[in-house]
Amino acid sequence: MRKLKNIFFVLIFSVIVLNSSNSAEKSPPFLETKWTFKGLFGKFDRASLQRGYQVYTEVCASCHSMKYLTYRNLAEKGGPEFSEAEAKAIAASFEVTDGPDSTGEMFVRPAKLSDKFVMPYANEQEAKAANGGAYPPDMSVLVKARKGGADYIYSLLLGYSEPPEGVELDDGVYYNKYMYGNKIKMPAPLSDDLIEYTDGTIATAEQMSKDVTNFLMWSAEPHLEQRHKTGFRVIAYLIILTVLVYFTMKKIWSRVESKV
Amino acid sequence: MSNHEYTPSSKFGKWFNDRLPLLTLANHLTDYPTPKNLNYWWTFGGILTFCLITQIVTGLVLAMHYIAHADMAFSSVEHIMRDVNYGWLLRYVHANGASMFFLAVYIHIFRSLFYGSYKSPREIIWILGIIIYLLMMAAAFMGYVLPWGQMSFWGATVITNLFSAIPLVGESITTWLWGGYSVDNPTLTRFFTLHYLIPFLILGLVVLHIWALHVPGNNNPVGIDIKKPSKDTVPFHPYIVIKDAFALLMFCIVFALFVFYQPNILGHADNYIEADPLVTPAHIVPEWYLLPFYAILRSVPDKLMGVVAMLSAILILAALPWLDTSKVRSAVFRPLFRQFYWILVADVLILGYVGAMPAEGLYLLIARVATAYYFAHFLIILPVLGWKEKTTPLPLSITEPVLGGSPNLAAARSDEKIEKTIK
Repeated sequence: MRKLKNIFFVLIFSVIVLNSSNSAEKSPPFLETKWTFKGLFGKFDRASLQRGYQVYTEVCASCHSMKYLTYRNLAEKGGPEFSEAEAKAIAASFEVTDGPDSTGEMFVRPAKLSDKFVMPYANEQEAKAANGGAYPPDMSVLVKARKGGADYIYSLLLGYSEPPEGVELDDGVYYNKYMYGNKIKMPAPLSDDLIEYTDGTIATAEQMSKDVTNFLMWSAEPHLEQRHKTGFRVIAYLIILTVLVYFTMKKIWSRVESKV
Repeated sequence: MSNHEYTPSSKFGKWFNDRLPLLTLANHLTDYPTPKNLNYWWTFGGILTFCLITQIVTGLVLAMHYIAHADMAFSSVEHIMRDVNYGWLLRYVHANGASMFFLAVYIHIFRSLFYGSYKSPREIIWILGIIIYLLMMAAAFMGYVLPWGQMSFWGATVITNLFSAIPLVGESITTWLWGGYSVDNPTLTRFFTLHYLIPFLILGLVVLHIWALHVPGNNNPVGIDIKKPSKDTVPFHPYIVIKDAFALLMFCIVFALFVFYQPNILGHADNYIEADPLVTPAHIVPEWYLLPFYAILRSVPDKLMGVVAMLSAILILAALPWLDTSKVRSAVFRPLFRQFYWILVADVLILGYVGAMPAEGLYLLIARVATAYYFAHFLIILPVLGWKEKTTPLPLSITEPVLGGSPNLAAARSDEKIEKTIK
């Protein structure tokens, strides 16, 4: 009987090993980088979020929408924390269609803090038509919508290279070793010195990738900092309470001849 | 149910209790004689009650902000995550709460399987439990559809399509379920109402489950009938209450680790992509707790037979009290059954694992062998074991193995060994 049990455990083990070697074949391991938002007390790097917003708005935003974000989010706690004046100025640099006014006409006005991020295309069809049939996904929750999360996005941004021999690519298709199937319709979006950071940081491709990924992580989890903070308090409270209840239980059960 | 008559001390209490015996009920619940040798595997009943209440309370608040409409469901969930006060907390507790609920229910079920808690006179408790489990799966499945992500949509499509396997009327039933010719807005709205209804049905069944439990009283690790109340029992309050509270707190720590530090690890990334009927995800997989049954479904080449196999895998549990022919309840005294029990545990884990993998090649082969074994366990091994197995002698009372000096020291030792293996 013991033998039977062993056979089963060997079986489980071999299946797991089989699978891990299998998945290793599919895509290379992600590029390593340190994220400040990971861990028990993980927080966002404020300056990086602000730079990330700059990368988004100057590069990504020409194709990718972020429809769940509002301009006020940029000034909120736990985010890039632009000052309210800065966020207002950012919003005012975009134009939105509002209305109808009292005469029944639609009108264009500068965006306010309460407006959603302005979208690059009017609708999905227009977005597809402008991008060779591929729809640039909305980036609000993109980090959570991809297996591997931030590591995946960061690696993908830096994963472009010439296709290996024998791989034929159509026009408007690029080779990326982290993309599912290695073929991507987005050309490499970032290159050294593509933008000029307002805070003077040198805009290498790695730096921009990291900053924009940080920004996307925040946009997908805007309450991450509060979650970590609350989580630590909740768990600390639970542990203390558990210890107290444990000793209470021991005391109560000492009245009967039975272990607990 | 208690052996002694209860009379409230106050005059008003007596007046009230004569008209509605709530105080008698409260007295019964506090005095309820419980075997004192219950181990921590018995604390999951209380934990499950906690899970149900948590799901109902968080779900109630979420429903205030959620919009059940194909065009707005996804964005209303994002609204909850971003703009509702503590919406992220409510949603993560509710989503991870479902997983914790199933984790607890699987431990609860496998505890019952190990200690033979389903056997006479507890068959009705067991069958009520199976119905609760079925309803839980229905509620969880429909709840997973509500965020209207890619997995929601395609999971709903796959599962509702199963009904089309029914001969003659299958297609019509599927159309009727959908409220149209594909999973769409009418499907979402009816799933929402049913998702709201089912937890209250479960709550009602839980009351019956506990009521049925309080008639014969708890089973225990030794699995023998005990006199109640006696030196083998302790009153429910404070002994079991404090022990349940301690176990619940430990459970909550694990729960909190998921909610606050890995809230999305049990979900699927594709469900953060809004549902798109024109784009099918590469792999459609259900939530982890449904994977073993998904593996059984896919291991049968014929669609109808696959559905039959999947349903039978659950319903066969309802017949368990009669399939297990052994008179001895606890696996502690059943050396052969104990081995097969652990093989079954491994078998279900393997089924869950291959359920997450593509149904091809070696995975499909493993799924088929594991499915066959699953049914063999209940239909062949259990009935034959009860007849063939030589069980070790049972103690006369549960205090006997604890106090020692009994002729059954071997039994007591194996009890300890089992507890060690479980830990």
